[in-house]
Amino acid sequence: MFNSLSDRLTATFKNLRGKGRLTEADVDGTVREIRRALLDADVAVPVVREFTAAVKERALGADVSQALNPGQQVVKIVNEELVTILGGETRRITMAKYGPTVIMLAGLQGAGKTTLAGKLAKHFKSQGHTPLLVACDLQRPNAVKQLQINGERAGVPVYAPHPGVSSEFEEATGDPVVVARNGVSEARQKQFDIVIVDTAGRLGVDAELMKQARDIREAINPQEVFFVIDAMIGQDAVNTALAFQEGVDFTGVVLSKLDGDARGGAALSVASVTGKPVMFASTGENLDDFEVFHPDRMASRILDM
Amino acid sequence: LSQDKIDDDVWDEIEETLLLADLGTEPTLELVDNLKRRVKVEGSRDPEQVRRMLKEELLALVDPTMDRSLADDRHDGRPSIMMVVGVNGVGKTTTIGKVARVLVAEDKDVLLGAADTFRAAAAEQLATWGARVGVPTVKSDIDGADPASVAYEAVKAGIDQEVDVVMIDTAGRLQNKVGLMDELGKIKRVVEKLAEVDEVLLVLDATTGQNGLNQAKVFSEVVKVTGIVLTKLDGTAKGGIVVAIQRQLGVPVKLVGLGEGPDDLAPFDAQGFVDALID
Ligand SMILES: Nc1nc2c(ncn2[C@@H]2O[C@H](COP(=O)(O)OP(=O)(O)OP(=O)(O)O)[C@@H](O)[C@H]2O)c(=O)[nH]1
Ligand SMILES: Nc1nc2c(ncn2[C@@H]2O[C@H](COP(=O)(O)OP(=O)(O)OP(=O)(O)O)[C@@H](O)[C@H]2O)c(=O)[nH]1
Ligand SMILES: [K+]
Ligand SMILES: [Mg+2]
Ligand SMILES: [Mg+2]
Repeated sequence: MFNSLSDRLTATFKNLRGKGRLTEADVDGTVREIRRALLDADVAVPVVREFTAAVKERALGADVSQALNPGQQVVKIVNEELVTILGGETRRITMAKYGPTVIMLAGLQGAGKTTLAGKLAKHFKSQGHTPLLVACDLQRPNAVKQLQINGERAGVPVYAPHPGVSSEFEEATGDPVVVARNGVSEARQKQFDIVIVDTAGRLGVDAELMKQARDIREAINPQEVFFVIDAMIGQDAVNTALAFQEGVDFTGVVLSKLDGDARGGAALSVASVTGKPVMFASTGENLDDFEVFHPDRMASRILDM
Repeated sequence: LSQDKIDDDVWDEIEETLLLADLGTEPTLELVDNLKRRVKVEGSRDPEQVRRMLKEELLALVDPTMDRSLADDRHDGRPSIMMVVGVNGVGKTTTIGKVARVLVAEDKDVLLGAADTFRAAAAEQLATWGARVGVPTVKSDIDGADPASVAYEAVKAGIDQEVDVVMIDTAGRLQNKVGLMDELGKIKRVVEKLAEVDEVLLVLDATTGQNGLNQAKVFSEVVKVTGIVLTKLDGTAKGGIVVAIQRQLGVPVKLVGLGEGPDDLAPFDAQGFVDALID
């Protein structure tokens, strides 16, 4: 399990065997290596700072174990801390007690929301639920059509009273907040038990669009608001996550494009600064490429092990 | 509030600024080392002066002298051929719409080719952009058609119609997917039966972290990238990964994306980019 980072750490500990406890000097070199590994994995600078301080503290107090060399021992501590921040056990989706369960998706442009909407729809349908998709992105060209095609592929109907921007309709018509509200009413009337609301991509600094997202949230009172974030994101993960936390107050995180080779340090950044659990991983462009998030696998991936 | 010496806090702050801009650990450490050396040699004592030096070093890395123009003129009796490539969701299709808008404003005839036959509604999205900026789009009516054939048809139509520029949109693909990268290589090879591809633009999302370097490496290997478009710079991300990309691969950033509208495109400005990186 422990190679690469562990090997490098083992090298920094060469002269250490036989000592009873790890000293400050021993640990400093290690912490430098860990810091480097986390930064290379795109974990955000302030999160790295906090994290390495916590690891240092734990490592300093630790007895040198018989079974592991000191390098491995520190990596074990790092791994445990990572898993803890990443959420330990995964939480399940909160379902409504009465009426349909409403799930809203939000995130930056191109993060993978519309694709995820299709994935969730298909997933719930296969579990015997009756989901309805709601098309609230009236702004990105052909976003409504994209959701309709995903709905078709998932075998799930799409509530789309407005076509959004397309070659026939140059200007956006309709109000996303109204569409969201009516979509949920429609689901209630026609007895769908899950509503998945796709929204337009928006930047954390776009106050107007962020307010629109908040208005959608207030209009539909969702059980879950998923913040969809691209696993390739770098240091901006913190700004963005905090902006969406304040803007729409999301309840869970979905990490997308994990089928790539990015190390995905954003998972740690977002979980750490928002305290919200990463619930799912999106792992491809097809509607089946979707799984429960595994904190332990993510920890290994971030550490490149 | 200038101190009379450059202490560790100043160095730490500089290092953090660079890391926070996604410059990456290696370029950051190298830059800081260079600066330390310069400070020692030049005997600087003012943190402000060190910041100025930092800007100079960064600017030298970003290299304002690079040729960042687009190959967008007809030549040898045929149109200029551009391909737009990159990972999923970075802004390829949108960028094509914006570039086409600029070309149209320069009185050029442009034709778009919808070689993303995979993603839901991708061809429609490109055609909407085409309609928006007043240029036609060649697309297939068949879902999942062979992207290389669509690209070929678009280039053929562009040659027959004697347009100035043909722009080919491709599906987003992650660079670690060998099959999809092979497909991209094939699109280019098939097009080159008709005409050499003059410009391969790699679209890179400014929020991208260290993976951006891998993206640039692999796409360059497969389709020989000639320029980068750095999108979504209207957000809080700085796009510092392009510094490492330019340095390692010598591929210049040519354009930047600054929003979702048709006019939200600008030429890359090295000085402005460096200023934004560290402010
Ligand atoms: N490889 C991979 N691609 C993905 C994944 N999720 C989404 N995509 C792709 O990423 C691109 C953007 O996905 P969308 O679902 O359109 O993203 P979005 O957040 O709805 O985008 P906007 O509505 O424009 O903000 C598309 O090419 C998708 O096919 C994933 O998990 N892995
Ligand atoms: N804020 C901002 N959004 C942008 C910019 N460029 C593109 N976008 C948005 O990013 C999202 C994805 O853009 P697309 O052009 O569909 O990206 P793509 O690379 O073609 O995506 P795929 O074909 O699915 O891989 C859309 O919501 C665009 O409106 C930009 O410069 N700034
Ligand atoms: K992205
Ligand atoms: Mg979408
Ligand atoms: Mg596209």
